[in-house]
Amino acid sequence: MADATVLPEGRNVRLRIDSDGWIKRAFMGVIALYLVVALALPLYAMLSKSFVTYSFDLTRYEFQVSDESGAVWGDPVTAAELNDRLGEFAPDDLRSSSDGRLSVTDLFPDFSFRSPVMYRIRGTTDNAPYLVGLDLQNSTDWRELDSNTFRRVNLRPVADTGLQNYQEYFSNPALFSSIENSLYIASISTVLTVLFAFGFAYAINRSCMPLKGAFRLIAMMPILVPSLLPGIALIYMFGNQGFLKPLLFGQSIYGPLGIVIGSVFFTFPHALIIISTALSISDQRQYEAAESLRASKWRTFWTVTIPGARYGLISAAFVTFTLVITDFGLPKVIGGQYNVLAIDIYKQVIGQQNFEMGAVVSVVLLIPAIVAFVIDRQVQKKQVSLLSARSVPYEPKPNRRFDMAMLAWCTIMGIFIAGIIAVCQFAALINYWPYDLSFSLRNYDFNKMDGGGWGAYWNSLELAALTAVIGTAIIFVGAYMVEKIDGFKTGRAAFQFLAMLPMAIPGMVLGLAYIFFFNNPANPLNAIYGTMAILVVSTVTHFYTVGHLTALTALKQIDAEFEPVATSLRQPFWRLFARVTVPVCLPAILDISIYMFVNAMTTVSAVVFLYSTHTALASVAVLNMDDAGDIAPAAAMGMMIFYTNATARVLHAFASRSILRRTQAWRVR
Amino acid sequence: MSESKAVVMQGAAAEPTYLKIEGLWKAFGDFLALKDISLEIAQGEFICFLGPSGCGKTTLLRAVAGLDPQTRGTIWQGGRDISELPASQRDYGIVFQSYALFPNLTVERNIAFGLENTRRPRAEIAARVRELLDLVGLPDQARKYPAQLSGGQQQRIALARAIAINPGLLLLDEPLSALDAKVRVHLRHEIKELQRKLGVTTIMVTHDQEEALSMADRIVVMNHGVIEQIGTPTEIYRQPATLFVADFIGETNRVATTYSDGAVTIGDAVLQTHAVGLANGAPVTMAVRPEDVLPHASADGAAPRPNHLDVRIEAMEFLGSYWRTHLTSPALGDTPLFANFSMNAVRRFGLSAGASLTVELPAERVLVFPRGGEDG
Repeated sequence: MADATVLPEGRNVRLRIDSDGWIKRAFMGVIALYLVVALALPLYAMLSKSFVTYSFDLTRYEFQVSDESGAVWGDPVTAAELNDRLGEFAPDDLRSSSDGRLSVTDLFPDFSFRSPVMYRIRGTTDNAPYLVGLDLQNSTDWRELDSNTFRRVNLRPVADTGLQNYQEYFSNPALFSSIENSLYIASISTVLTVLFAFGFAYAINRSCMPLKGAFRLIAMMPILVPSLLPGIALIYMFGNQGFLKPLLFGQSIYGPLGIVIGSVFFTFPHALIIISTALSISDQRQYEAAESLRASKWRTFWTVTIPGARYGLISAAFVTFTLVITDFGLPKVIGGQYNVLAIDIYKQVIGQQNFEMGAVVSVVLLIPAIVAFVIDRQVQKKQVSLLSARSVPYEPKPNRRFDMAMLAWCTIMGIFIAGIIAVCQFAALINYWPYDLSFSLRNYDFNKMDGGGWGAYWNSLELAALTAVIGTAIIFVGAYMVEKIDGFKTGRAAFQFLAMLPMAIPGMVLGLAYIFFFNNPANPLNAIYGTMAILVVSTVTHFYTVGHLTALTALKQIDAEFEPVATSLRQPFWRLFARVTVPVCLPAILDISIYMFVNAMTTVSAVVFLYSTHTALASVAVLNMDDAGDIAPAAAMGMMIFYTNATARVLHAFASRSILRRTQAWRVR
Repeated sequence: MSESKAVVMQGAAAEPTYLKIEGLWKAFGDFLALKDISLEIAQGEFICFLGPSGCGKTTLLRAVAGLDPQTRGTIWQGGRDISELPASQRDYGIVFQSYALFPNLTVERNIAFGLENTRRPRAEIAARVRELLDLVGLPDQARKYPAQLSGGQQQRIALARAIAINPGLLLLDEPLSALDAKVRVHLRHEIKELQRKLGVTTIMVTHDQEEALSMADRIVVMNHGVIEQIGTPTEIYRQPATLFVADFIGETNRVATTYSDGAVTIGDAVLQTHAVGLANGAPVTMAVRPEDVLPHASADGAAPRPNHLDVRIEAMEFLGSYWRTHLTSPALGDTPLFANFSMNAVRRFGLSAGASLTVELPAERVLVFPRGGEDG
């Protein structure tokens, strides 16, 4: 019967695209273009930079030398022939960077700048750059120079592409050991953080201990400060003049130990949120079943609790691992001589101005970040399907011994976290550690220190506000277009990929990529280099993914049939967007904006390459003041960031509540 | 089978065609969700697309709405070819199973949503909203939010919003499925009344046969992406065109057998039928509805009459308005026969489990379908 039928030949019917369709596509196109310019192109520029090598090619230059009279010329000879004869430059000497210069007089042992001998130089190919003084020459025509001028002739290297940078990187044991170091500290920190956070989350979700709300608040505090702040606190506690130094029994806090302790501090809330979510969705009925089967508590824990939370644990592990391996602030402050990948990028770029090698390290750092990202996404997908299952939430029953043990654990973690913040606060408020412990606000007088002064703080505030407003608008509109556009599958998939990509890109890598892309004079967008605009763009891009996912989740919860209904009522999409979508999603929109704000205040990694003297930032000032030895002011600036973020959080909570009360009356029955 | 699907315009011939679908196909990859669908709907008609889930009825509705375009085929609405028009340029109101009421807007804002933005004066819009609220019988709920209303009330608001703009076509996608049984029955009637009052051409998608039978002027029964039958509710019920329709709408006893000379043989019993156009010896499925099994007093020793069977009651199940009865007959061998007997019949014939009686399967009620198709 009907099964035998086949689709008749012909053209597939395609609906004409109406004005709404075009506007949506245009919006999505603009935001996709933003992501291409702010993400894809810079990354491409960085990747290609890592393959660029510079060397002097002596075969490209020819010389002629006259006799003492300056009128009789010898035979032309190439620089390569001269070098073969003399053995002046070994092949290694001819490797260079984009700034390299090679003095030609070294090829003429008889050269004297006072002699009347004349010299001629020309290129043998179209691309044979050399400098006469400061003038760049690139010509196959002979150019005649007297000895005094010839002295100032320098060859310039020519660019080539190849794997030499990578070969050099992997054959350099100092650089290569950073990979090991990075993996080492990231692994240890991950294991510790996940264990500690699991204990904490377990206490909050599965016990009847008191003060859960307070512990939750304390556990979230590390999010509000830059990752290098725990480093400063640890120096005060365990550094050379630290008041707890004897506790280390001769170990040094500068190095892996300090990095790991600090990493546990700043990754703790991230792991806690994920694990806590995983534990909170477990099903009471499974525990009742286990109890009715007389399973021991221990057995129930391993057969019900852990499997139920496994996706959360895996996800938390990868998030922590990525955060640690890509973090730059903490190893910078407390790493001492211990090199990690993120530090290498900084050193190569800021210290040695070797951008190509910086690009190579960035590519190396990208690999673990991308692997962790891909695995995490796979796990997240499974977690979602677990979440959607209908289940009875678990209700813990009081158990005095267990509750007290859990309380003890949370107290230890709480003291650790609050202690680190408290030490910073203490350090910021005393006169001169450890000699003068009297109270002083001297350390808040940032204008007397290097690092940008109070201006840096106001810049940070401006950056955070701009990032929150512009970033949230771009992210939410982008997510709306990708979620609610009809058809246009390929375009949406491409957009989705671009929106997910930032999560896999470490901040250092993004910042370096921006140098390559925006600092290129040939780029018309070069104008934003060194301005607040590039800081906003980089920060919005760096934190794009989490905001995008939050927006998508909120949009997916809205009835998918709103759009068809509004269309059938002949209303343009933007009316539905303004009247319904935005109001309904307002809680999520506020969440995105506070997330962007807090992260813009604390971020160091991407912006450290991009700030200029008049756009110095508070988080970078912490780094620079610490670098300059002004540790107490660094702690004070760190605390300024903390106060600001804490205030922003409180304001956000109030705003959310009042907006919810006013505009979301419909939520209450 | 496509001949039997030729469009029959009985009962609606007086009205001109409003919606015409011709040669519609829909492919999702290799899967064909709609296969060569052709259909005409008259002005003011109430049509139900009825079928099990996955039969393509919602796909067909979404093609008509321009939400998911068909892969091949043409749709005309009011004489205009709308096959390639985007949804915004078509002329319909739609009500979904979820109601899709805007949760942050009050009832009156919801209804007014399609009226605003049309340069209409505010007072006129307000008047129209009041009129619509009266029409759906919820005049005092204007300032409430959707979440404060019951499911049935929300459904009526969704309906009011859809008809506010006076659409030429009203599309209802399983509008009653999310409601309680009682509310559903009540709303069926109300929607039908409203539709008649407004005279708006309406297509309703449903998987509930009762809903379709009680509301529709004509029913389009669909299965596996094809139309099995188009007809009025009584036609569909009384003269199902295919075994699928017979099975899907109401209940049937079905037995595989062969056809010869206007009759089918089941075990020792020969049942006369009114079937025509079948070759002798053709494999067929005989179907008879349980309520068409008529009880007669047992006539022991009397000469066997055609289409009468002596049966024994194996079990009886009380279902409120009737008894569902499991019958066996030596003539039928192992094949069981189910009958629905009214309370009266049970009392009159003194029926109980273990009792014997004679039942008649009237020749005009014995349906015969050729076997060999997927449903056979």
